[in-house]
Amino acid sequence: MGQQMNFQVVLLAGGVSKQLFPLVSKELPKALLPLGNKPLLSYTLEQLESSNLKSIIVVVAGEDVAEQIRAWISGAYDDRLSVESVTVAEDAGTADALRAVASRLTAEHILVISGDLVCDIPLGAIAATHCRKKASMTALLCALQVAGTSDGSSGSTGKEKAKQQSSNDVIGLDPSHEFLTFMASAARIDKQLQIQRSIVRAFGRVELHTDLVDDHLYVFKRTILQEVLEGCPGIRSIKEELVPYLIRSQLQRSNPTIQSKPLTENGGEQFERKIAPNQLVKSPLEQASLLGAQANNMKCCAYIVNKDRYCARVNSVQSFIDVNQDVAGERAVHLTGYDISRSNNVIHPTSKLGYKSTVGPHCMLGEGSEMGDKCSIKRSVVGRHCRIGSGVKIMNSVVMDHVTIDDGCIVQGSVICNNAHLQERVTLKDCQVGAAYIVSGEHQGEALAKRDKN
Amino acid sequence: MDSRRGSRFVIDPKIRQVGFVPAGCESENPNASSAVAAIANVDVNPTSDSPSPVMIPPRLADPLPRAAPLPVPSPPPRKHTSVEIPLQGSYNPTDSVLGTSPPFSPASNGRYAGVPSSEGPDLSPSFVSRASSAMEGMSLREDHLGSPSASRFATVGEYAMFKQQQPQQPATAVTKVYASSLPQEPVQSFAPVGKEDSSKPLKERTTKAERRAKQEADREAKRIAKESAGAKVVEGEARASSNVVGKASRAQSQKKDSASEKRLSAVEKASEKEKKKEIPAPRMQFDDQSRVAKAKKRALIEQTETKHRVELFRHLPQFVYGAQLPSLEAKFFHDDAMHPHPAVYQVGLQYLTGDITGGNARCIAMLSAFKELIKDYCTPRERTLIRDLTARVNNNVSFLTTCRPLCISMGNAIRFLKTRIAKLQLTLSESDAKSLIIAEIDRFMQEKINYADNEITKLAVTKIKDGDVILTYGSSCVVETIILHAFSLGKKFRVVIVDSRPKLEGKGLLRRLLGRGISCTYSHINAVTYIIQEVNKVFLGASSILSNGTVYSRVGSASVAMVANAFHVPVMICCETYKFHERVQLDSICFNELGDPDALVKIPGRKGLSELEGWSQSSHLKLLNLMYDVMPADYVSMIITELGMVPPTSVPVILREYRKDPIL
Repeated sequence: MGQQMNFQVVLLAGGVSKQLFPLVSKELPKALLPLGNKPLLSYTLEQLESSNLKSIIVVVAGEDVAEQIRAWISGAYDDRLSVESVTVAEDAGTADALRAVASRLTAEHILVISGDLVCDIPLGAIAATHCRKKASMTALLCALQVAGTSDGSSGSTGKEKAKQQSSNDVIGLDPSHEFLTFMASAARIDKQLQIQRSIVRAFGRVELHTDLVDDHLYVFKRTILQEVLEGCPGIRSIKEELVPYLIRSQLQRSNPTIQSKPLTENGGEQFERKIAPNQLVKSPLEQASLLGAQANNMKCCAYIVNKDRYCARVNSVQSFIDVNQDVAGERAVHLTGYDISRSNNVIHPTSKLGYKSTVGPHCMLGEGSEMGDKCSIKRSVVGRHCRIGSGVKIMNSVVMDHVTIDDGCIVQGSVICNNAHLQERVTLKDCQVGAAYIVSGEHQGEALAKRDKN
Repeated sequence: MDSRRGSRFVIDPKIRQVGFVPAGCESENPNASSAVAAIANVDVNPTSDSPSPVMIPPRLADPLPRAAPLPVPSPPPRKHTSVEIPLQGSYNPTDSVLGTSPPFSPASNGRYAGVPSSEGPDLSPSFVSRASSAMEGMSLREDHLGSPSASRFATVGEYAMFKQQQPQQPATAVTKVYASSLPQEPVQSFAPVGKEDSSKPLKERTTKAERRAKQEADREAKRIAKESAGAKVVEGEARASSNVVGKASRAQSQKKDSASEKRLSAVEKASEKEKKKEIPAPRMQFDDQSRVAKAKKRALIEQTETKHRVELFRHLPQFVYGAQLPSLEAKFFHDDAMHPHPAVYQVGLQYLTGDITGGNARCIAMLSAFKELIKDYCTPRERTLIRDLTARVNNNVSFLTTCRPLCISMGNAIRFLKTRIAKLQLTLSESDAKSLIIAEIDRFMQEKINYADNEITKLAVTKIKDGDVILTYGSSCVVETIILHAFSLGKKFRVVIVDSRPKLEGKGLLRRLLGRGISCTYSHINAVTYIIQEVNKVFLGASSILSNGTVYSRVGSASVAMVANAFHVPVMICCETYKFHERVQLDSICFNELGDPDALVKIPGRKGLSELEGWSQSSHLKLLNLMYDVMPADYVSMIITELGMVPPTSVPVILREYRKDPIL
């Protein structure tokens, strides 16, 4: 068991995410959002289970949400996992969440995993890297996935992508790609990047990457984690504050920082920046220096995901749609445990297809859903017990459970939540339809939801 | 190959003095005769509490690589008058029994010389007589013969008689003696070993005819085995780590007890078993398919053998390198009885990925991990601590072995640990026992590694004088501390670092020395003949020193030492005594470690050798990345140990005298 290898797992299940606004609500927290017709959290839990990590601390933001998640876990995983759930305030940051469970942590290493991570990376490999390097922190880094999304995405989402890319995190690695030397999250980058000279000196060379994403899976050494959490009460977020803080304090020397060349972002261009050699103290024997300088200090390691592994986070509407498509196709269908058909889609046997209806690849059709004639579904996930009329076209979309779509609708790049109703000849493009909302007419790029302010 | 070997032999005539002496040369060569005397001495005097420098006879099944050079008549030994041998006064190889070059089994002697086995009878009586004379000079040793070994003596005496009866087979006798003199597993306390041995002759005392038959069958089986085995060599070294084999033999002996009742019907079977028993527990031979299959079942790591195994090294593990780490990582959180302790697991990972290298570092990491293991250990119900902990340690050791073959020093450390555990008093409480063992481990690390390094540094620094040019090869941590210490003492000297691919370990050393402001020259081994001309001392580290004075070290060291020897530059080996080992090794084939063959192809900063691209697809190409080589004692001017600076011929003495009381 995990305890045997001295590991403890903290699963940050989150609460009601603002980024996923119309999709999630008090009734449907982010953790229970259906992804490939399974709750999002189940992916993480199953991954943990398959790695033989069966004792998990789940941290949830918000009382109501916690209650729901607790109920769901105890129903679904009662006999398999021993889950302890902890509730924190709704607006608590991720580091606050860790602080809330700090007193429960006893093992030597703490694996912190975000509930919205969908991946098939063997957790053992990350843990092994952490142990092997005797690191104080190991972060999972994943190459930014462009190829999977550029096809099939419509124009506006592409633009959205570009916007995202322009605000990428900057992650610094040493030449061997084993150690983290720098990390600045997109939100905190001004025009200039500051890199400590001591780090550059110790590592010989620092590569700055903007093509890597921090995937919110960390392994911490407990003592250091607790020390930092206690010592710096100002730290609220793991990614934005705690991790950069640990990286900065890798070489505990208080050297004045030097300013590296100003970093100006130019659009969504993908590139790997290497600081010009004349700008840093480049040692002829980097490896040796690395060993020498690293011997006594805390180390921050990176585990970079292999290209053939699947790794994605669900933290925006677009990524939600993308990941849904992936789990419905051969790329990540193994995560769901469904059997994939020959035409690269998953169709539940109880669903009914009308005359001349087609379901393309990367599609999923849930239990008991019915479709009228001459429908076409492409790269979309349709939930359970949906009623779809005749002549409906659904592309690049996610339709959750119990949705009624009347005849002649066209849905593109949209998410339609539970119990929503699309009246006849509705055209949706890049819209999000909230739960139990009734849509009529034509919409583009809107979030349609009931304003239920209590 | 033969021609190459032969020519090397001519260049280096002294190697014959180390052990292989054709029977004819015996009288001319004082060294050889003393070596033989030492053998006899060994034959007669196998006390278990003083692990004598008994050589493990190679299993006589390796005529190929070594037979060729031997019939060459020996050229007169070269004189190196200009070589400074620091301890010249006390060191006279010819008259010191202790200081002789390693004893060698007479059987192998005869065999290698191509002498027909009928010559056996001539040899063995003389051995015995010489042995008795040698024993007179061995009062020192006899003092230490405690009462428990007296019964053993009887056994041995019987072996001697036995040997006289069967003079053609001295090898088996030696082997037997060896098996009784060195506990195969240090875990087994001496008492059971003795009992087993003394009970054996009873069993054997059936009828003369039966014994005869057994012998015949035995010999026949051996010959067949020999023929089939090819290049297989058994160093009859009872490695602590090969607990598997130990267990197997134990099981066999148990079986044997029950089988002895149906002795009449099973003469053949018995002889087979007998044969198995006589061969000392061998290291795992990876060309033995059934054994490999068995080991695979147990192993935590999935290991797939490479398609490109180098034939000559088939007996060594040759696995696909890339496949091990992922399979190990995948099982990180798995939970079964075989799962190693987390600390051990971590160390294993570090071995596998090369995060920890170097004999001392590996040994310390391993011992620290075992300390953790013992700290976290609690005896299961209805088990005794001694047995269960030993089993646990064995488990963890075999895990480490699958990660990377253990080096000899680690084997020694494990042996030490297991003896300590085995010798625990049963009355001790669990916590007391644990703290005792932890204290012992700490002491071992302190005394045998830390203090030893300090002491070596102190001694070696006296050999560095102003104006010296010191050559070192690769990166040895002891040599590094010596150089740094000498520099801090204000000595003015220069360092030449010779390095070689693929590891390029010297770079790290170079960097650290340059950091201190020591003037260095960096060169690759190709240029060693040139650079040696300006060097006046060579300091080398060692992975192990074997009892014939052979230095087992990073591949390339032997060439450096040979060149240094040819240029009359003294070669000083810095090595802690815990790395000494009783084994004798004459080539680097029978025991070695194979590194990742891909390392030969990959060059950092370059795309790689284009000629070797996709080498794994070619069935004609096999890459061999040897990790160690063997330096004959002749090249070594001096070994600097924590016990002083000694000639290589004194290694057996140190082994015998300082390991009598098994602090190690």
